[in-house]
Amino acid sequence: MKRRDVLRCLGGVAVALPLLELGVGHVRAAEGEGRVIELEARRFRYTPNEIHARAGETLTLAIRSVDFVHGFSMPELGLRSDLPPGRVTRIRLADLPVGRWTFLCDNFCGEGHEEMNGMLIVEA
Amino acid sequence: MNTMDRRRFLELCGLGGGAVFASALAGCSSLGAAKSADAADFYFVQLSDVHWGFRGPENPDPTGTLPKAIAAVNALPRQPDFIVFTGDLTHTTDDPEERRRRMAEFKGVAAALKVPTVHFMPGEHDASLDRGAAFQEYFGATHYTFDHKGIHFIVLDNVSDPGARVGTEQLEWLKADLERQDKDAPIVLFTHRPLFDLVPKWDWATRDGAQVIAALMPYRNLTVLYGHIHQEHHHLTGHIAHHSAKSLMFPLPAPGSQEKRTPLPWNPAVPYQGLGFREVDAEPRTARLAIQEFPVVAT
Repeated sequence: MKRRDVLRCLGGVAVALPLLELGVGHVRAAEGEGRVIELEARRFRYTPNEIHARAGETLTLAIRSVDFVHGFSMPELGLRSDLPPGRVTRIRLADLPVGRWTFLCDNFCGEGHEEMNGMLIVEA
Repeated sequence: MNTMDRRRFLELCGLGGGAVFASALAGCSSLGAAKSADAADFYFVQLSDVHWGFRGPENPDPTGTLPKAIAAVNALPRQPDFIVFTGDLTHTTDDPEERRRRMAEFKGVAAALKVPTVHFMPGEHDASLDRGAAFQEYFGATHYTFDHKGIHFIVLDNVSDPGARVGTEQLEWLKADLERQDKDAPIVLFTHRPLFDLVPKWDWATRDGAQVIAALMPYRNLTVLYGHIHQEHHHLTGHIAHHSAKSLMFPLPAPGSQEKRTPLPWNPAVPYQGLGFREVDAEPRTARLAIQEFPVVAT
């Protein structure tokens, strides 16, 4: 299994830790990942495309792309990652701030690319 | 970075209200006179975001809007020196044959322009799915330079990479070209996407745009004209002004004004509202530009 860790400090607000794993079988939580939410990225939709969390929560998005090197970008939280197909890309979000945070595919993927987005809703 | 509204920029330029928008080749001052002997005043026309092939309720006249704009340009009392299309000539399609059909149709319609010199560049709808292959077949290079009456023009491609990068190779090409210019030379850079982070959550950004802007900063009389956001918008990064153009298919909402960048609905009471093209008047000897917006259909 090849893993690549990218640690980015987000002004003391959140920390993203994208990890790449070979995408076989069910996604299990590793230590420190918090709640794990599985997503599928497929032209031109994330499933689910709405995620709910509590302020201060740590969660990990485990995203499986099935058909393209989609992007996963949350610009307001200062993080992005490519989503190579055939793998699970894990993105750790720590100490989430309250708000509605858009995520979108930022690798142009086809006719419906501009509709490929979703929302992380963090409530107090 | 500093986003201006139109009124403020006009005030900065000492112009007050009105249709003429003075910019910023010299940050509203008169610097950097062109040294070319043929530096006569001239103007060109910018057309943008035609999205040929689009079908939707946002524009019930999708094949008539561009011809109307072309008729309006052809009817200008004095013809511009050249025309530039700043990308999204066609609306994207996953079918490579259909993409080429749309480009051929667009090219045929654009041939009705009376002005013989027309510069094309791609938008992400034209180029991001095949890294500009079809665009190059029909229109040539996706990045290039040209000079006209003392002004240096640069066409920069920030769309052929599906990740919206200019890329290392093109960035080095840009730096090498700029190196040959005087720091006071009047320069206009055309690009499709904004080079700065306008609204990244709407994909209104260039991933390595900060590196491009850093390369542009030493040049005191440089202006960026772009498309992509389907509306007039004015922004400063330091002394460099960035001016976006209207679309010729559908307008988009003001930057960040709503959750999603859904196209604005067609207004049957005011057809073609929010669509248009612009004249750019250039004074190479004083390094000044003046932008004047025109609707598709005169009201």
